[in-house]
Amino acid sequence: MSLDKKQVKEIAQLARLNINDSEAQLATVELNNILNLMAELSEIDTEHVEPMAHPLDMSQRLREDVVSETDLSEEFQAIAPKTGKKHFLVPTVIE
Amino acid sequence: MHKFSVAELSKGLKNKDFSSVELTKHYLRRIDRSDLNAFITVTEDLALSQAKEADSRLAKGNANVLTGIPYAHKDIFCTKGIKTSAGSKILDPFISPYDATLSYKLNTEGMVMLGKTNMDELAMGSSNENSYYGPVNNPWDKKRVPGGSSGGSAAAVAARLSAFATGTDTGGSIRQPASLCGITGLKPTYGRVSRYGMIAYASSLDQAGPITQSAEDAALVLNTMAGFDDKDSTSMNKDVPDYTENLNNSIKGLKIGIPKEYFSEGLDDGVAKVILQSIKEFESMGAIVEEVSLPNSAYAVPTYYIVAPCECSSNLSRLDGVRYGYRCDDPKDLNDLYLRSRSEGFGEEVKRRIMIGTYALSAGYYDAYYLKAQKVRQLISEDFKKAFQRVDVIMGPVSPTTAFELDAIKDSVSMYMADIYTLSVNLAGLPGMSIPAGFSNNLPVGLQMIGNYWSEEVLLNVAHQFQTQTDWHVHLPENT
Repeated sequence: MSLDKKQVKEIAQLARLNINDSEAQLATVELNNILNLMAELSEIDTEHVEPMAHPLDMSQRLREDVVSETDLSEEFQAIAPKTGKKHFLVPTVIE
Repeated sequence: MHKFSVAELSKGLKNKDFSSVELTKHYLRRIDRSDLNAFITVTEDLALSQAKEADSRLAKGNANVLTGIPYAHKDIFCTKGIKTSAGSKILDPFISPYDATLSYKLNTEGMVMLGKTNMDELAMGSSNENSYYGPVNNPWDKKRVPGGSSGGSAAAVAARLSAFATGTDTGGSIRQPASLCGITGLKPTYGRVSRYGMIAYASSLDQAGPITQSAEDAALVLNTMAGFDDKDSTSMNKDVPDYTENLNNSIKGLKIGIPKEYFSEGLDDGVAKVILQSIKEFESMGAIVEEVSLPNSAYAVPTYYIVAPCECSSNLSRLDGVRYGYRCDDPKDLNDLYLRSRSEGFGEEVKRRIMIGTYALSAGYYDAYYLKAQKVRQLISEDFKKAFQRVDVIMGPVSPTTAFELDAIKDSVSMYMADIYTLSVNLAGLPGMSIPAGFSNNLPVGLQMIGNYWSEEVLLNVAHQFQTQTDWHVHLPENT
């Protein structure tokens, strides 16, 4: 499996990253090197192996449905790039 | 004063040999004079006010063991009212509105935060060269890297700019810089230390731990760091022992496993020599050494570089320029805001890992990459389970080489190989440690010790016993 520059640019867009032509050139080489490294895994027979998503055998804890957080909305708004009336502002999406 | 360990400083403060304010001023002067670039932010005013507070607690007699001890905090832990950048431009404007659980715990203990340490951007790197704030110099040789990602923390402790430091380890980020800087670093079992408020890189691998001068200090600090946290859903509700209690146990009869795979090609001869010599030292102390096999360890690098980028590409989607952090100038629409804020805010290596993760998780490739990697992760973990049926501790090198020169490694895959011996420990979720074991060409070499789940006590005991028989951990870089 090997990626070309066009595919790399598509992946970048999916990841919400802009890359220019020369960056894409370099990224294509680097990403293909990494994919070659990953290809080593195909040597291993994993047909009967359970995937391991997490290091600990644990299930998510349940807790009582009670309010545990205090209202910090002002503090969180204070560090945002742009806010207004308890909203985070972004460029207009719908006219 | 800076040559004292945490244990010695604690006694000195209790005996009123010096005050916390005196100690804090001493360290702040050292930081000011240092040219290592180990800190992103120095919190002088906060440190002095915390030191005053600590002195008053000490005078009243309600101080704990760590009250008044100055430390350096990796800039990945949220600290209320203080910049928390994680070494990234995208978080350069981020003043955390809350404390990480670990920050809260250290504060409550009455400790003194000297500042926030430099690191590879968002904890991705093995040399600290990926920091937005520039590289850190290794105090043993300033032309060389300190390792990463906790490079600033490791350099600060090695140069005694701080009594100890905090670190995080996703694939070796505590152990590898500890090895390259000749100090002691412990990555606890996954779930032992709270991850709340620790900026996430790869959530199933990240774990925080102490970076210290000695195993005894690591035990003292871990006593405060470890423990259940309701705010972290992956925190384990399990009793925390007093890690200092068994430090002096004899290690006669201890079974040490040496994985043959950790001594194959790629390991530097000088490093191998030091590691084998230190294993002989353990034998002379009464330990029994046998060979073990971790047959899938060669696959740790590709497995990690699927699992970690997948988790990071998902985790870092939150850094989008909307609620906090960097936002590009004059976005023309929402997509432009996302695209430019992220492209301008992230560095090269972070972008690379986001792209790899995005690709590996995309439709049609999930089974070939992510699912396959999760299966191999299981096999790697089973190798350790088998080995720990026979031995108490596994030992080998931390890093295949000593500290390398700045700018020496140019391509990402070669850099990934720097963590070839440490990655599998995170994949399995086991505790691991690096302790100073000697020198090769005047550069420090760390011995890696890997323990079974929740066996930090054993690792600390074994490390402390080694440090009572050897003096590698008290060697200091020139002019320290």
